[in-house]
Amino acid sequence: MTVVAMQVNGRQVSADVEPRTLLVHYLRENLQLTGTHVGCDTSQCGACVVHVDGKAVKSCTVLAVQAAGAEVRTIEGLADGDTLHPVQAAFKEHHGLQCGFCTPGMIMTAVDMLRRIPRPDETTIRHELEGNFCRCTGYHNIVKAIKAASEVL
Amino acid sequence: MNAIDAKKATGIGVAVRRKEDFRFITGNGHYTDDINRQGQAHAYFVRSPHAHATIDAIDFADALAAPGVISVLTGKDVAADGLGGLICGWLVHSRDGSPMKTGAHPVLALSHVRYVGHHVAVVIAETAAQARDAAELVNVSYGELASVTAVAAAQAPDAPQVHAEAPRNTSFEWELGDKAAVEAAFRNAARVVSLDIANNRLIPNAMEPRAAIGEYDKGSGIYTLYTTSQNPHVARLVLSAFIGVAPENKLRVIAPDVGGGFGSKIFIYAEETVCVWASKKVGRPVKWVAERSESFVSDAHGRDHQTHAELALDATGRMLGLRVKTIANLGAYLQLFSASVPTYLYATLLSGQYDLPAIYCQVDGVLTHTAPVDAYRGAGRPEATYVIERLVETAAREMGMDPAEFRRKNFIRKFPHQTPVIMAYDTGDFDATLNEACRLIDYANFPARKREAAARGMRRGIGFSTYIEACGIAPSAAIGTLGAGVGLWESAEVRVNPTGSVEVMTGAHSHGQGHETTFAQLVSDRLGIPIENVEIVHGDTDKVQFGMGTYGSRSGAVGMSAIQVALDKVITKARKIAAHVLEAGEGDIVFEDGRFSVAGTDRGLAFAELALQAYTGHKFPTSEIEPGLKETSFYDPTNFTFPAGCHIAEVEVDPATGIVRVIKFVAVDDFGNVINPMIVEGQVHGGVAQGIGQALLEKAVYDPETGQLLTGSFMDYCMPRADDLPSFDVGMTVTPAPSNPLGIKGCGEAGAIGSPAAIINAITDALGIREIAMPVTPERAWRAANGL
Repeated sequence: MTVVAMQVNGRQVSADVEPRTLLVHYLRENLQLTGTHVGCDTSQCGACVVHVDGKAVKSCTVLAVQAAGAEVRTIEGLADGDTLHPVQAAFKEHHGLQCGFCTPGMIMTAVDMLRRIPRPDETTIRHELEGNFCRCTGYHNIVKAIKAASEVL
Repeated sequence: MNAIDAKKATGIGVAVRRKEDFRFITGNGHYTDDINRQGQAHAYFVRSPHAHATIDAIDFADALAAPGVISVLTGKDVAADGLGGLICGWLVHSRDGSPMKTGAHPVLALSHVRYVGHHVAVVIAETAAQARDAAELVNVSYGELASVTAVAAAQAPDAPQVHAEAPRNTSFEWELGDKAAVEAAFRNAARVVSLDIANNRLIPNAMEPRAAIGEYDKGSGIYTLYTTSQNPHVARLVLSAFIGVAPENKLRVIAPDVGGGFGSKIFIYAEETVCVWASKKVGRPVKWVAERSESFVSDAHGRDHQTHAELALDATGRMLGLRVKTIANLGAYLQLFSASVPTYLYATLLSGQYDLPAIYCQVDGVLTHTAPVDAYRGAGRPEATYVIERLVETAAREMGMDPAEFRRKNFIRKFPHQTPVIMAYDTGDFDATLNEACRLIDYANFPARKREAAARGMRRGIGFSTYIEACGIAPSAAIGTLGAGVGLWESAEVRVNPTGSVEVMTGAHSHGQGHETTFAQLVSDRLGIPIENVEIVHGDTDKVQFGMGTYGSRSGAVGMSAIQVALDKVITKARKIAAHVLEAGEGDIVFEDGRFSVAGTDRGLAFAELALQAYTGHKFPTSEIEPGLKETSFYDPTNFTFPAGCHIAEVEVDPATGIVRVIKFVAVDDFGNVINPMIVEGQVHGGVAQGIGQALLEKAVYDPETGQLLTGSFMDYCMPRADDLPSFDVGMTVTPAPSNPLGIKGCGEAGAIGSPAAIINAITDALGIREIAMPVTPERAWRAANGL
C-alpha cells in the first residue's frame, strides 16, 4: 500500500492504495468520482479520458502513482458551478449522446482537442476522435456538437 | 408559457432537447458499476479456456485460502440448491413437427464446458482485485475434447457434438412458405439469380460492460438485483419462475442507467443469477462487473448465417419466386430469444418491399462450441434484408436494368398486402422513400461523379437497399402461436399528483433511447402541462408493476401507445370530475390546451386545479367517482409495425490500398408518426454506423481448430470509429401505422437493417464484381480490385 496524493477538480486529495491501482479506479473507488468510466481493458475505448496537468489522458492506462502531485480534472470538474462548459452544452443541444456511457470521456477528449486545435474541420474532428468509441450515436451528432462548441470557445 | 406555446416548444413532433442529458454530461449518471452497497463483496468468474471439455475436477483450496476470499462456488453448489437452468423463451418446431432440440444450460457449468469463456466457477472476495487474483488459483482439471465452431462444419457426420440431445448439432430444421408454389415459379422462370451469402458474426459491444449487484436482506427475506438489463421485469420473472432463485414477490430488480444494450442486455445470464443466489449464501451483497475481454466471450453474439438463395424472374424483371436455405449458428446454448431470431424474425421478412408471389425458406439452427447467438440490433431482419437486397441488385445488373427501376417494377403498391411469409403489411409508400433517397444523393448525376473519381484512379460505386422490417414487437396471441413463451404488450401507469404534476410508470426501459424526454412530450402535449412537470419512471420492479422492456423497436409503438390509452382514461375521468366541479353536463365539458371549460362560457379549470379537486373529493359524488386520478393501461398491439425505407450508399475504393471510403450515405425512412425527429435521426445514425461496421469492419472470429475467440478485444475486433464514417443524410416520409393509436412504426433498428446491403451493393458496383464477403477489409477490397 502507498499513499498517493494529487489535486482533483481543484481539491487536494489523498488515499492509501495498492501501487498497481489505476488512476481510473483511484478516481472511481477512492474518490467516488464515478463519472469517469471503464469501457475496455486495452486502452481503445476512451470512456476513461480525464485531464492530467491539462492534457487528455486515458486514466485506465495510467497508474495512480504516476499522477501523484498532478492536477487532475474529471468530467465532474468541468462545469463552472451551475454553468455548463460550452462543450457540455453543445452535446446536449446537438444530441451528441444517447446512453451517455462514452460521454464523459468524449467530452474530455473534445475539450482537449479544441484547446489544441481551435477551429477543426470535420475530417480533423473525426481523426481526433479515433481514441473514443461510441456505439450509440454513429458519431454524427458528436461531430456536430464539437464543431458548434468550437465556434463559441 | 401558456399551453399553446408549450405545445410548439415541447409537444409531439418537436426536436425537444433531452431531459436526461444533464446527469450524463456532468458525470452524474448511475450505472450499475457506480452503485455500491454497504458491505459488498466482489465476484470474479472462472471461465473455460477450452471450447469443449469435460470438467473432471475443480480444486479451489488455494483460492479459498487466498487473501480476502470469502467463498468459491461451482456448478455443484448450484445443483445442490436446486436452481433451474438458464432458459430459452421461444419454442420452434422442425418441419417434421418435432420441437427444437437442445441440452440443459446450467447456471454454472457442471459436467462440460462448451465454449471458450463458459462460466465454470465464481470467486467471491472482499475486493475485485482479490477475487481476480484468487480466480487464477482455481485449478480446474479439464478433459479436452474436439470442438467445432463453424456452421459449415458443424453438421458433418463426424463433427464433435455440442449436446447429445441434438444429433448432427442440429437443433431444428425449420421451414416457412410454400415449397410447391416456389418450385412451380422456378420451373416457369426465364432467369434464376443465385447467391451464396454469409452474414458475418458480430459482437454487440455496448460501451458499458455488463454488471450486476445481488443483495439479500436477511430480516425480510427480500432480494434486490441491480442489473444492466433492457427488461428488469422479464429478469425478475425468469429468475423467480424458471431459475427459482427467489420468489417473484420477494425479488426487486433495478435496471438503473444502462450504457447501451442493442439486444445483448435482454437475456438473463449466469452472472446476475449467481450474484443474486450467492448474496444469500455468503450473507453479503455480491457485485460483478465484466471486463471487456469477458464481454467478448460471454455476451450474446449476433448474426452468423450461411445462406444459399435463389430468385426466379420473368423475362421483364418481375420476381416470381424466392428460395432460401439458411444455416444459422446458434452457439452452444439457446438463449432467451435465440430460436426466434433466425426463424420468425428472419424468414417472415423475405418478401422485402416486393410483390413476390412465392417464397420458401428452410432454416437449420445449428449448435457450435461458441458463445450463444441471440438478438442483436435488427435480430433476423438485417439478415433477411441482406439476402433479398443483394439478390435484387445482382438481378438488376445481370438484366442490364437500373437498380431503382428494377425495384419500382416489383414494389408493392396496394395495402394491406399479405406476403407469402405470414406478415401482412398494413401501410407503406415505397416509391416515396426511394424517390426521396435518389434526390438526396443526387442519383441522376452519379455517372459524372464516377467518371471524375476514375480520373483520379478511384473506383466509385453506388448501392441501394430498400428494406422493410417488422417491429413494434408484438401482438401477444400472434407470437404465442409462433412459439413465444411470453406476451409482448406494454404497460403504463399515469399518476396525476394533487399539484397537477404527473409521473408515468412505464414498462419500457431507456438505455439511450431518450424515453424520459419523448414519453414526457406525449404527456405534456396531451394534458397541456409543462414538460418539466412530467417525470418518466422506468427500470425498477418496485415502482413499475410489470413491463416487457425495450428491444425490437417497440417502446414508441407499444410503450407510448400504452401511455396514450392510459391518458385517454385519465382525461375521461377528469372530464367527469370537471363536470361536477363546474356544475355542467359532461357533454358540455371541453378539454383543450390544458384546460377543462364549459362550452360557450369562460368558466373552467386548469389541469392542475382539476387534479387538486380529484384528490380532495369535495365537489363530486365519491360514491360514483372514486377520488384520485391515476390510470393504467396494458396495451397489446394489434399487429407488427412495418417501418420501411431506402438506403443508398456511395463509396470509393482505392485499388492501390483497398481502402473503402463511404463518401455519402443516405437514409430515407418511413417510421410513421414521429414524436421527436432529433431522437429518431439519432437512432438512424447509430443503426447505420453498426450496419457499416458489419459491412466493412466487424467480425467475430473463432479459430477453427482450437475454438479460441481470436477477436477477443478491441485490439482485434474492429469497432467503427469516427473517422471510419461520414456524416449521414437522413430524411423521413410518413405513412402512419394503422395498428396503434399514435400511428408510430418505430425506428430503433432500421439503420442496422438496411445499411449492410447498400454498402456491399455499392462496393460490388465500384469494382464491377458480382460478390464480395463482409467485412470488406482493405485486403479483401484490394484483392477484388486487382483480380487476386
